[in-house]
Amino acid sequence: MPAAGAGGAVRRLAWRLRLVFLFAALAALPYLLSYSQQEIAVLLVINVLLVSSYRLLTLTGEWSLGHVVIMGVGAYASALLAKQLGVPVPLSTLLGGGAAAAVAAILSFPLFRMKGFYFLIGSFAAGEIIRLIWKRFTDPFGGPKGLKRIDPFPDIEAGFLSIDFYEPVNYYFLALVVVSASLFVLYRIERSRIGLTFHAIHWQDRLAESVGVDTFRYRTLAFVIASFFAGIAGGLYAHYVGAVNPTRFSVDQMVYVLVWAVVGGTATFHGPILGVVALTVVNEIVLRALGLDTVRPLIYGAILILSVLYLPNGLESLGTRLRARLQHWRGGPAATGSEPA
Amino acid sequence: MTMQGERPVLEVRGLTRRFGGLVAVDHFSFSVREGAIHGLIGPNGAGKTTTFNVISGFYAPSAGRVFFRGLDISGRKTSALAAMGLVRTFQGSTLFQEFSVLDNVRVGRHLGARAGFLSRLLGTDRQSEREADERARETLAFFGLEELADEPVSNLPHGHQRMLGMAVALAAEPKVLLLDEPFTGMNPEETRRMMALVRRIREGGVTVMLVEHDMQAVMNLCDTITVMNFGALLVEGAPEAVRNDPAVIEAYLGSAAADGAGHVA
Repeated sequence: MPAAGAGGAVRRLAWRLRLVFLFAALAALPYLLSYSQQEIAVLLVINVLLVSSYRLLTLTGEWSLGHVVIMGVGAYASALLAKQLGVPVPLSTLLGGGAAAAVAAILSFPLFRMKGFYFLIGSFAAGEIIRLIWKRFTDPFGGPKGLKRIDPFPDIEAGFLSIDFYEPVNYYFLALVVVSASLFVLYRIERSRIGLTFHAIHWQDRLAESVGVDTFRYRTLAFVIASFFAGIAGGLYAHYVGAVNPTRFSVDQMVYVLVWAVVGGTATFHGPILGVVALTVVNEIVLRALGLDTVRPLIYGAILILSVLYLPNGLESLGTRLRARLQHWRGGPAATGSEPA
Repeated sequence: MTMQGERPVLEVRGLTRRFGGLVAVDHFSFSVREGAIHGLIGPNGAGKTTTFNVISGFYAPSAGRVFFRGLDISGRKTSALAAMGLVRTFQGSTLFQEFSVLDNVRVGRHLGARAGFLSRLLGTDRQSEREADERARETLAFFGLEELADEPVSNLPHGHQRMLGMAVALAAEPKVLLLDEPFTGMNPEETRRMMALVRRIREGGVTVMLVEHDMQAVMNLCDTITVMNFGALLVEGAPEAVRNDPAVIEAYLGSAAADGAGHVA
């Protein structure tokens, strides 16, 4: 026991060090970027939350096509609360998340009567209905043009400290804090018994049900939590960009989320994050430099097909493969254990 | 024949289940006494599995009722039945194949390991999780699987997987355990061990009802046997009586279980 305890402590320390390095790198990042790249970095941080929240839903085995619309629910709700009712923006973002969660809770009654492909199509239809409502009702949703001049995040003025969130650098740090806290919660949920139950429902819902798991309730729980954080991402987006419209939350955008998740790999927590970071870098640096950013969908499609063919477990499996290869070269214990030499 | 009360713990009354034009179960009634090992047998297509699925809440009855400890449970959700103490197993190796052996049984502890959402998030559920872990390991030890706790399920041989399936169900602390063909695909040695385990489960105060094709096992294990044919009750009684009943022999003649020696099995 003491040896195992010490090993655990070392591993924990290694993890903490890694996290410290990660956050140091993330803190230094905006100062290495141009202004327009800083703006992209803000959106990237928001997209990390969007795709990570999406993964929580996929743990139960259900893939939705409505997740970006749910993000939009958070964005619209937060924008309207701030614009029309004067709710302070930090609070309106939180309430936007709550609104997205509430919509998900209602939608789960029709949607979770379906499974697999039918759920996928059902979630698409539900999303389109919400988008039609935004388009049809100019008051309060602004119709096809959407909402403009959404209140920005309030400046912080406290003595010598003055933070203007119109600056991408500052908003980047704000988003980083909110998203990190959200990811921590998502991670804790997955590592708890709730996460175990989600996985159990994915692999054998009948068996889970037979030992007392109310599968409908747990599917709804996953959907509501995922939607809450998608709504938070929507609020962060709305108050940064200052405008939302129905097209911004169309199924085209949803396809990008799917590509990020699939290319990154949904088997691990960090897989989809790797996916969105890698593809954003490819998109914004490589494609832009080559002047190919107009053919983004084509390139994304090619990347999706290639990754499904050659990296079926996503980018995250690349790390595991490399580690195994390294260990093999060194003749490490894992390699000798698994392969009779 | 120990510990059997007179009160039925499980009772099926006038159960009918139709699938479109097909009547799979037709006005079928029987009851299971508390503390019994009760077998439900019959030729292929007799309606055993359908009856089993209605009792365990996978199908709602088309007509008739199911009572559990005097309470009408017809059409209730499987998870709600598990919470009341009525837990079923599955045919074959229906398990969480991607999980470790221990995690399978931990899921089985779902009802026992209660904690609120916030305490899960903050990790204050540690106490209840540690208890759940211990109970899961005890359950594994009961089936002799404790050495395999950290193995992925897919590495287990078929016989062990069947036992793990029962361990998952037992972890839910049932009052009545419904076993769906527990001996199918097992070799004689595995069957013998499984029968001993079922007896021990009953000695622990759990009533057992099973659907099974293996006549030898059913005859040796059960206190009472209900024979179904064409969706309805054919005969019910002790194994010796059922074995020599002309109606039973006739129902099985021509099917694989009949051995032409004048009795079944």
